[in-house]
Amino acid sequence: MVDPANTVGIPVNPTPLLKDELDIVIPTIRNLDFLETWRPFLQPYHLIIVQDGDPTKKIHVPEGYDYELYNRNDINRILGPKASCISFKDSACRCFGYMVSKKKYIFTIDDDCFVAKDPAGKAVNALEQHIKNLLCPSTPLFFNTLYEPYREGADFVRGYPFSLREGVSTAVSHGLWLNIPDYDAPTQLVKPKERNTRYVDAVMTIPKGTLFPMCGMNLAFDRDLIGPAMYFGLMGDGQPIGRYDDMWAGWCIKVICDHLGLGVKTGLPYIYHSKASNPFVNLKKEYKGIFWQEEIIPFFQNAKLSKEAITVQQCYIELSKMVKEKLSALDPYFEKLADAMVTWIEAWDELNPPAGAAANGKA
Amino acid sequence: MAEINKNEVDIVIGAVNADLTQFLSSWRPFFSGFHLIVVKDPELKDELNIPDGFDVDVYSKTDMEKVVGASNSSMFSGYSCRYFGYLISKKKYIVSIDDDCVPAKDPKGFLVDAVSQHVNNLEKPATPLFFNTLYDPYTEGADFVRGYPFSLREGVPCAASCGLWLNLADLDAPTQALKTEQRNTTYVDAVLTVPLKAMLPISGINIAFNRELVGPALVPALRLAGEGKVRWETLEDVWCGMCLKHISDHLGYGVKTGLPYVWRNERGDAVESLRKKWEGMKLMEKSVPFFESLKLPETALKVEDCVIELAKAVKEQLGSEDAAFTQAADAMVKWVQLWNSVNSSE
Repeated sequence: MVDPANTVGIPVNPTPLLKDELDIVIPTIRNLDFLETWRPFLQPYHLIIVQDGDPTKKIHVPEGYDYELYNRNDINRILGPKASCISFKDSACRCFGYMVSKKKYIFTIDDDCFVAKDPAGKAVNALEQHIKNLLCPSTPLFFNTLYEPYREGADFVRGYPFSLREGVSTAVSHGLWLNIPDYDAPTQLVKPKERNTRYVDAVMTIPKGTLFPMCGMNLAFDRDLIGPAMYFGLMGDGQPIGRYDDMWAGWCIKVICDHLGLGVKTGLPYIYHSKASNPFVNLKKEYKGIFWQEEIIPFFQNAKLSKEAITVQQCYIELSKMVKEKLSALDPYFEKLADAMVTWIEAWDELNPPAGAAANGKA
Repeated sequence: MAEINKNEVDIVIGAVNADLTQFLSSWRPFFSGFHLIVVKDPELKDELNIPDGFDVDVYSKTDMEKVVGASNSSMFSGYSCRYFGYLISKKKYIVSIDDDCVPAKDPKGFLVDAVSQHVNNLEKPATPLFFNTLYDPYTEGADFVRGYPFSLREGVPCAASCGLWLNLADLDAPTQALKTEQRNTTYVDAVLTVPLKAMLPISGINIAFNRELVGPALVPALRLAGEGKVRWETLEDVWCGMCLKHISDHLGYGVKTGLPYVWRNERGDAVESLRKKWEGMKLMEKSVPFFESLKLPETALKVEDCVIELAKAVKEQLGSEDAAFTQAADAMVKWVQLWNSVNSSE
């Protein structure tokens, strides 16, 4: 069994890295009490809260946090008809937060994720680790058997080509979870009592050409490098599928990162995941996804972006065309999704015009 | 961990040092019950010192020459002596550990049974086609995560298990010389499959493999001109590993890395090794683009054929870059011949 860390008495971080360059995006439908325990590590940072569900509900934000909050009415007002690409009644709506942010880095965390303890019993500052991961290079072109070579106490092993030791820029840092693991519904049903108690003290780069299941519970990324590809898809209300938002984004960003020569890391930091969602509810949401992913995975594994696609937006639009062409046969949902991917990019570019472009008075 | 069948395992030790007393005594709890093959470096002059109580067969230069002929014993000099053990073994699994390593302690203070961990890794499937973020999905307390395709959850056969090292990590001479005091103290509690197409430097210090599955792919081939008796002055295992990984990828097998750890004793002087002209660096640089673009023919379905095809490609594409590659290609072909002749009587 593992417990979360007790952070009472830990002073607020006096030297918060990237304080003015990072936004924390949190989707919520209930409350933000979990932020109390995160104070020492997160209070210095600006929050973007995306309130899902009933917009009339008042979400209380713990005292001392600096934040902006958007509910569904705000999303509709800001995006107009383009708001159709933002999911409703699903945490996928969080990607709206990525879009409105003006910062270089994003850290996103679920509201049932608490501070974990490392094997020495010390509270883990997950954000600090994510920042370390993002600020140092990735090594997707050759696997280092001692994992992250830039970490204190580690290095490249014998035989690691010297020409590859500079690494590439890191676009994404994917963290893990102690206690309730991120299992799919069938696995949850078979192993309802399984808890992740294994603290694996490693960060590693996921090799180029390899896909992975990206979980949005504890995730950070460089918005400038990969932001437009972090669309979390059409889920929830009115959609045939749920709990595949982060998966979809993960497959898209990995293909694009591989194409653009960017790195994706996984491993530390851990957070403590406290709430196990209802496996029967999950099964209903995931059901179609379980079959669809058998087609979707080969699609992404074989997706080849053109040499002309040199920006994230260009890559993403190309990907959306491929989705429409190759996956619509699987289900008409994918045609809608492909359109939504385009809408997302249009909305992103509107809200994030390139520096120097004239402002158009958009929200 | 599951019970392993000791009759399926040979523990092969390449003796580069003559006195194996400390080494074997420290491994006794984990080697007992297993058959050991100790192969003496043909260039080692001193008599081997082996304590009693082990089920061990020792092979020296004369034994080698009886099997492979006098002209071929040089293929097995230095650290490459262990490959002779792989050649003549009749078992399914091989576990091979350098003679300057002793059992490591896990974070709880217990000695790590590297042999059992390796065999367990080899017996359980590998998952090279999709990355599991919780690492080994078949281990106690873990599983496949949400989003992992169900059709890929059976995994593929595991060809090799690459272990790691505490204390003296397997760094190259320049790195260790620069960071003279650095020792590896981080115990990473994970086994993971190295994904399809990903290249990695496989170390021969602490390795196990399924001999029945991929035996001939462990090739004693690349020899540095100034190859020495410390790992800093060799690249044979790294080259072997590149071939092994490529062939495993081609045949649909997996390669795992991570646990078990061994404790690697202090030995040698990295700065001293650095003084030798380190051509290994150059050879690795040339090898990477070669392996990256290499495609073995679809018709190569047996391991031996893969090695032959690989040797052909090495000769064609790398032969002109450096004589070491031509020699490696020739050695690979010779190795397959030896493998077939030694193992054909089965």
